[in-house]
Amino acid sequence: MEKLKSSLPNMVGVLVGFSIIIGGLLAYVNHITEGPIKQKEQQTLAAGIKTVMQNNNVRVADPETLNQTIDGKNATFIIHSCSDNSGKNIGSAVESTTNGFGGDLQVLVGFDNNGKILGYTILKSSETPGLGAKAGVWFQKNGKGNIISMNPKDKPLAVSKDGGDVDAITASTITSRAFLKAINQAYAAYAKKK
Amino acid sequence: MSNLKILLNGLIKENPTFMLFLGMCPTLATTTSAINGLSMGLATMAVLICTNFVISCIKNITPDMVRIPVFIVVIAAFVTILQMFMSAYAPDSINKALGIYIPLIVVNCIILGRAESFACKNTPIASIFDGIGIGLGFTCGLTLLGCVREFLGAGSLFGVVVLPETTNILLFVLPPGAFLTLGYLVAIFNKLKSE
Amino acid sequence: MEYLLIFISAIFVNNIVLSQFLGICPFLGVSKKIDTAIGMGGALAFVLTLATIITWLVQKYVLDALGIGYLQTVSFILIIAALVQMVEIILKKVSPALYQALGIFLPLITTNCCVLGVAILVIQKDYNLMESIVYAFSTALGFALALVLFAGIREQQELVKIPKGMQGMSIVLITASLLALSFMGFSGLESGLRTLFGLG
Repeated sequence: MEKLKSSLPNMVGVLVGFSIIIGGLLAYVNHITEGPIKQKEQQTLAAGIKTVMQNNNVRVADPETLNQTIDGKNATFIIHSCSDNSGKNIGSAVESTTNGFGGDLQVLVGFDNNGKILGYTILKSSETPGLGAKAGVWFQKNGKGNIISMNPKDKPLAVSKDGGDVDAITASTITSRAFLKAINQAYAAYAKKK
Repeated sequence: MSNLKILLNGLIKENPTFMLFLGMCPTLATTTSAINGLSMGLATMAVLICTNFVISCIKNITPDMVRIPVFIVVIAAFVTILQMFMSAYAPDSINKALGIYIPLIVVNCIILGRAESFACKNTPIASIFDGIGIGLGFTCGLTLLGCVREFLGAGSLFGVVVLPETTNILLFVLPPGAFLTLGYLVAIFNKLKSE
Repeated sequence: MEYLLIFISAIFVNNIVLSQFLGICPFLGVSKKIDTAIGMGGALAFVLTLATIITWLVQKYVLDALGIGYLQTVSFILIIAALVQMVEIILKKVSPALYQALGIFLPLITTNCCVLGVAILVIQKDYNLMESIVYAFSTALGFALALVLFAGIREQQELVKIPKGMQGMSIVLITASLLALSFMGFSGLESGLRTLFGLG
């Protein structure tokens, strides 16, 4: 086949043609993946709530959003009030975001009605790769900096360097501080809403 | 050139990671673990095969002067499709780890480079093989780099712990470790080549 | 104060090249001489700031408004490519002197992933327009700083005898690693400043 010449109508025609084809194609793919993406997001959140509430049959009420101004920046907390099978309220799972070592750190924490920490999971972390991932296990029950069953109501969580009871991740005090701050803020939002 | 030769060419002679030094951004950024490096390599390979094929098919109906914009649009389209499929079906941890580097495959010099130097001069079938070869070369490079960094930095391979925590050298999963590991791997590659 | 934090963090703490790994190709490619490094840094600062403003506006007033966010990558890369072309043409007409200095670097910028990267990052970080501009400009400054420092080291390195296997890219990468390591020393800076300014 002869190669098309670079005349103006040819060039405009080809560019416009391709843009339309590709626009259409992308719209179609977007259409077929939109459902699965949303479904997956919901599944991830539901699974997250299950783990942080330590309850497999948790029922989640519609989330409530709480906007607060912290350090001059708008912070949004999303609170999922949870109840068990019989409908008894067992506490809330709270999404909280803070500024960490190298960007935002978003955690989901479960509190029981007294404010005791049931569990946590990291939703989003733009921390230095490797460090952020470490926070996912470090503060769990079998981790070195266990925070499960602590209660921010008695005393805000802090790393031992700052006079608290939590062991910081080796060589990353800043990530640990950011993480604990996210938990403390989540508790504050939860307490305020109650 | 036979198709097998094209394939091997991308794997060894024109290996994008160790010989041509193309696509360095994802190479350094996403190789914090073997599995991340592997998935980034496969994602890039998928895009490269598709774009190579399509560009080779449309090379005759694209006027020379608008060649680059048309190629870029085609590449961006496939990257967007990949991005949507990945956020729908790939595991969360992979999506989280690769993050912004998925849309940035668009500006990966390997893809536009192969379009310019191979796909727009060869048949669609040969272009597919070139895509597979270069893609595999890139994947191997990234996986190898990921393995070394994960092994030294976290004491594990593909998530399986093989060394006790006390021997971990955190530096290797941090940014400087990426440059350092690649630097030494290139030196080893040079040494092997000269023998 | 928030702007100052973005500024310092983008230059030192989260340096685009040394800790985010964007724009590695020009960082390794055009860092042989300090002069060219300065030229590249200047050209990038110009294009990056302009591109971020335009893509931010397009995202907010076209893509979001029409609900076609999935065209983000396609439209951003086209905008950047067109913008670079336009800047080249305008610069040639308006200021030949500036064109002489920056011209040869402009075509390289289209495929510099830090332009597209920053355009997407400011959307992801949910910055407002002013924050985006500050972020884009300081990112470019951070790039220029890393590039000039690196070029300085490489100029010295030419005088040194290097083992055969390490010549070429190998020693360049190891040097970059040391530079990245020294930039990690800034990592506590941001939270330190936050405390200093009473921002928590």
